[in-house]
Amino acid sequence: MPQTETASLPQASELLTAAAPAADARARLLTRQAPAWLQVAPLTAVFVVFFLVPLALTVMVSFWDYNEYEILPAFTVRSYVETFEGCFDRLPDLCVTLKTYLSTIKFCAIVWLVTLVIGFFVAYFLSFHVRSATTQITLFLVCTIPFWTSNIIRTISWIPLLGRNGLFNSTLVKLGVIHEPIEWLIFSDFSVIMSLVHLYTLFMIVPIFNSMMRIDRSLLEAAYDAGASGWQTLWNVVIPLSKPGIVIGSIFVITIVMGDFVTVGVMGGQQIASVGKVINTQMTALQFPPAAANSVILLIAVLFIIWALTRLVDIRKEL
Amino acid sequence: MRGSRGAAFYWLALLFGLFVVFLYGPMITIILLSFQGPDGGLTFPMNGVSLHWFAKLWEGLGVVDIWAAFRRSLRLGLVVMMLTVVLSLLAGLAFRKRFRGANALFYVVVASLIVPSIVVSLGIALEFRLVDDAVKAAAETFGWTSVSEGYGTAMGLYTSGLGAQLTWTLPFGLLIMFAIFNRFDRRYEEAARDLGATAWQSFAHVVLPIIGPSVIGIGLFGFTLSWDEVARSSQAIGDLNTLPLELRGLTTTVTNPQIYALGTVTTGVSFTVIFVALLLIQALRRRQARHGSDAGKGMA
Repeated sequence: MPQTETASLPQASELLTAAAPAADARARLLTRQAPAWLQVAPLTAVFVVFFLVPLALTVMVSFWDYNEYEILPAFTVRSYVETFEGCFDRLPDLCVTLKTYLSTIKFCAIVWLVTLVIGFFVAYFLSFHVRSATTQITLFLVCTIPFWTSNIIRTISWIPLLGRNGLFNSTLVKLGVIHEPIEWLIFSDFSVIMSLVHLYTLFMIVPIFNSMMRIDRSLLEAAYDAGASGWQTLWNVVIPLSKPGIVIGSIFVITIVMGDFVTVGVMGGQQIASVGKVINTQMTALQFPPAAANSVILLIAVLFIIWALTRLVDIRKEL
Repeated sequence: MRGSRGAAFYWLALLFGLFVVFLYGPMITIILLSFQGPDGGLTFPMNGVSLHWFAKLWEGLGVVDIWAAFRRSLRLGLVVMMLTVVLSLLAGLAFRKRFRGANALFYVVVASLIVPSIVVSLGIALEFRLVDDAVKAAAETFGWTSVSEGYGTAMGLYTSGLGAQLTWTLPFGLLIMFAIFNRFDRRYEEAARDLGATAWQSFAHVVLPIIGPSVIGIGLFGFTLSWDEVARSSQAIGDLNTLPLELRGLTTTVTNPQIYALGTVTTGVSFTVIFVALLLIQALRRRQARHGSDAGKGMA
């Protein structure tokens, strides 16, 4: 990551020019930075027009009023009030919004845990147990290639396997293990989790693998010489040093699953609620302000989780 | 690490093997099933082997003009690929120099990667809707009848759709550029400068050939991510859908192996692109090895 490189440099150039007369300095700064600004301008423009402004507008519209035909630019907290309607006066009964969030967070937690365990050990195998660099690159590519293919196809490809008359059920019936096909294999929590793990484990593997490849191998030798067992080395050396990768991977998986509506929709048989699906449905019904309000809430939830994750790491670092 | 392999190796190798089966198994299943015989259904057993469902697919999928969507996705993918390569490359070069706002921009780009796609997509949809409203209102106030009658929406494949996909592909492109330049040896450039190369010459003849393979990698990301993109395009694509968006709708309506045939074709395109990119990267690497250094070899 380039933060360290770029973080200190602007200040340095400012310090250099601070001594010269202000106007002169500014002119020189401008001419020196002009090429860089020109080069970065198109990319910046894309993110301003298609990311920053849309986010700002989302926050704005979430406070607007609406009727069946149009959105009305008048300040109101109606969308938020309606989103949380009945959430606080009927406790401990959960309202729809809280239920949806709980369900989304449940998927998020399970998928996170499973992808973390699989991703960690796959990355560990690749970086510490595969000896030749060529094999390493080849196996790494084998893991990454599905990322470049369609998620929709990868999702629906579970249907012939898990379906009521799918490969698993028919095989099990034929073997006499079960008499009736298992119903919960498809269009259930199980199939949603399975599919999400299938799609997003890669987002764990790549950053963790990247962290592990940077670990100085002599540290492992040192642990071995000091009499550490394999598990002790793993727990006390490899895991702490892989933490940046683990956190980056976790952030990826969690933000993707929190906002997912496609996989939950297809693999849940359109029966399982998720925050992303709520937003999608409201958009289809042209209810823009409530959709915007839900987006803002989702965004806050996601940012909170990320904040918690990054704190977790920093605290450990300071101990 | 050292010595003979312990039990841990074999357990981990087994886990890795199972993971690869898990990763590719389903994909292979639908590729197999797309060659289902004419009487075959959506699941095993295979009822003969044929190209029947591909032929049916070729004729179209009912009301959905799937081949128009196919062509749209292909064109959009190429545009996204080119823009991702050019903009990431330019920005990557800029980030090597010092400029004010570099940090802020970096955080914005990373934020774009981790803000849930549905939120970005909705934001873009809102933005274009507000623009439409503004244009219509302006047209009415100022009496531009031609505008107020003819204007539909600014939303479309190459406006909101393109922008939505770029917010997803550019962060990958830029991060790859950072990885490239973190490993780049600046002495090559200094050598070029010492030999009297202009800034452009040192870029075109020294920097670009060295980073070439990785730039191909950015192109690979740009095209394939666009080709399969659903979440960010979903609200922002306008009236005409891309192939993956059509596919998403078809998952519930098509109940014969045509959908698998379509899956096989889409995956085939992805694999072709990946294969071509990897070949290009290999070729560029070989070229580098050939032209890399003539030190000690006399005059080349």
